[in-house]
Amino acid sequence: MGKWFKQFFNGLIKENPTFVLMLGMCPTLAVTTSASNGLGMGLTTTAVLALSNLFISLIRKIIPDKVRIPAFIVVVAAFVTIVQMLLQAYLPELNESLGLYIPLIVVNCIILGRAEAFAYKNGPVISLFDGLGMGLGFTFGLTCIASVREIIGAGTIFGAHIMPASYEPMAIFTLAPGAFFVLALLTALQNVFKAPSATNTPNAKVACGGNCAACMDGGCVANREEIARVNGIKEAEAVAAKAEAARKAAEAKKAAEAAKAAAEAAKAEETPATENKEGEA
Amino acid sequence: MGKLFNVSASPHVRSGATTSTIMRDVAIALMPACAMGVYQFGIRALLILMVSTLTCAVTEYVYLLLTKRNQGPYECSAIVTGMLIGMNMPATVPLFIPIIGSVFAILVVKQVFGGLGQNFMNPALGARCFLFLCYAERMNAFAIPQKIGTAVLNYGAASVDGISGATPLAAMKAGETIRLFDAFTGFTGGVIGETSTAMILLGAAYLVGRKVISLRIPVAYLASFALFLVLFGGHGLDWYYVACQLCTGGLMLGAFFMATDYVTSPITKWGQIVFGILLGVLTGIFRLFGNNAEGVSYAIIIGNLLVPLIEKMTMPVPFGKGGRRHG
Repeated sequence: MGKWFKQFFNGLIKENPTFVLMLGMCPTLAVTTSASNGLGMGLTTTAVLALSNLFISLIRKIIPDKVRIPAFIVVVAAFVTIVQMLLQAYLPELNESLGLYIPLIVVNCIILGRAEAFAYKNGPVISLFDGLGMGLGFTFGLTCIASVREIIGAGTIFGAHIMPASYEPMAIFTLAPGAFFVLALLTALQNVFKAPSATNTPNAKVACGGNCAACMDGGCVANREEIARVNGIKEAEAVAAKAEAARKAAEAKKAAEAAKAAAEAAKAEETPATENKEGEA
Repeated sequence: MGKLFNVSASPHVRSGATTSTIMRDVAIALMPACAMGVYQFGIRALLILMVSTLTCAVTEYVYLLLTKRNQGPYECSAIVTGMLIGMNMPATVPLFIPIIGSVFAILVVKQVFGGLGQNFMNPALGARCFLFLCYAERMNAFAIPQKIGTAVLNYGAASVDGISGATPLAAMKAGETIRLFDAFTGFTGGVIGETSTAMILLGAAYLVGRKVISLRIPVAYLASFALFLVLFGGHGLDWYYVACQLCTGGLMLGAFFMATDYVTSPITKWGQIVFGILLGVLTGIFRLFGNNAEGVSYAIIIGNLLVPLIEKMTMPVPFGKGGRRHG
């Protein structure tokens, strides 16, 4: 049970596909014109991702290794077709505004990536949780970016006006360039605050981001070595920082004691002086 | 004996030109066109120019201060950028638009990429395109000049509300003919700094005289644009139409002051000519076949993006290198 939830939160936060892995950038840039579009796209992808992860995991023993990618695509495409038919039937407006990007979920690299890296090598239930976590993490990322773009570009969020009437929306933020502005700004902020992301791996020359916790691919020995090296550096730095902090604390304590002593001494000096004055008076 | 010889490395002859003197020259050269804009569109144009220039200078100063990069003497490039942004606005815009544009130009187009010399695109033009995409309606509300006779006011729906109307370029796009003399002297609608071809040429002459810019880019630009119009304009060899096209819109301002920006134009001789021809063809395509009447700014920023390729292509071969043996 705990294992499943750990995998769920791994996708949602620790390895968030949008902010940390930076996968699926094409829909991220293209459909985040309004918060409802972002949410809709995210949830659609979540449904496909969870179901395809589950099914690929179920049939993983009978898929021949050499044709696994076509097999994944067939499974994913089947689910995308189902989801699109459901959208056409029940949410025609969302289907209209997402347009071409729904069939394109078939080639979404998050879905293929999770099928290849996780579902093909793990049991069905944990794969389902992985799909849900990754999907909801994607939804969260899309909704965040889309909200920023909608607020700046149209002054609304989920269609409701929230900016003051005097605010003139900057229309460029709902156009394609706005997507690049917002994403670049977000990544820049991540780098500034040293939050984990695919573009921010301190000291490491690893393109995958260096998060090996859920990566089941054994083929990257060099990467693992590199990460071990970087982690060693990080640990050494942490130890050094701790020692430094302890030293500083000790110094501060000493300084405080000295100041206290000095103050007491000054007080002691002052008292006789005033007495003397009184005596003179 | 006793004679002192100076030993120094080359270059032995220096020109004395620095970034600040060059930028000061450009600012001076922009003055006539600015003055004409203020004369035509009134005190509001002056206000817009001052706001954009001041915002650019302050933004750059604050950014350099915050990132601790304010070493070296202050060069006036931010002031030139600010003036160009102001000159690219219609006089009717509210003041927050030049402020947003200036901050965008300095922060996003220039400083984020490493400051002057590293920007891949002309900051003023980047800001202009940004604002056009942001506030299309505001940026297209061209003011009709105050100081003109009634004859010029009859462009399209210009005289309906008396505040804003089509520019001569838009009128030509709609198939009307305009008066060449008005377009040349600048008594037409448009953005603050682009209307008067005469004043822009005056400033450009100063720059050429001071050897700040060479004529390669502007001449290649204007000539190729004129040729494109003759070939594809649908008017044949109609000199009046071609001259009207040359004198209207942002073409002159772009050709002399923006396409010649040192940072975003090629440094090689042939590269500059290729760059000019590229801009002329792109502007022709945008003006004739595009949705908008104007295409100078998009042509120049697309040209800016291709500058590294043009330079690579036209890199001169040092004497003694090249030839058959070196393939």
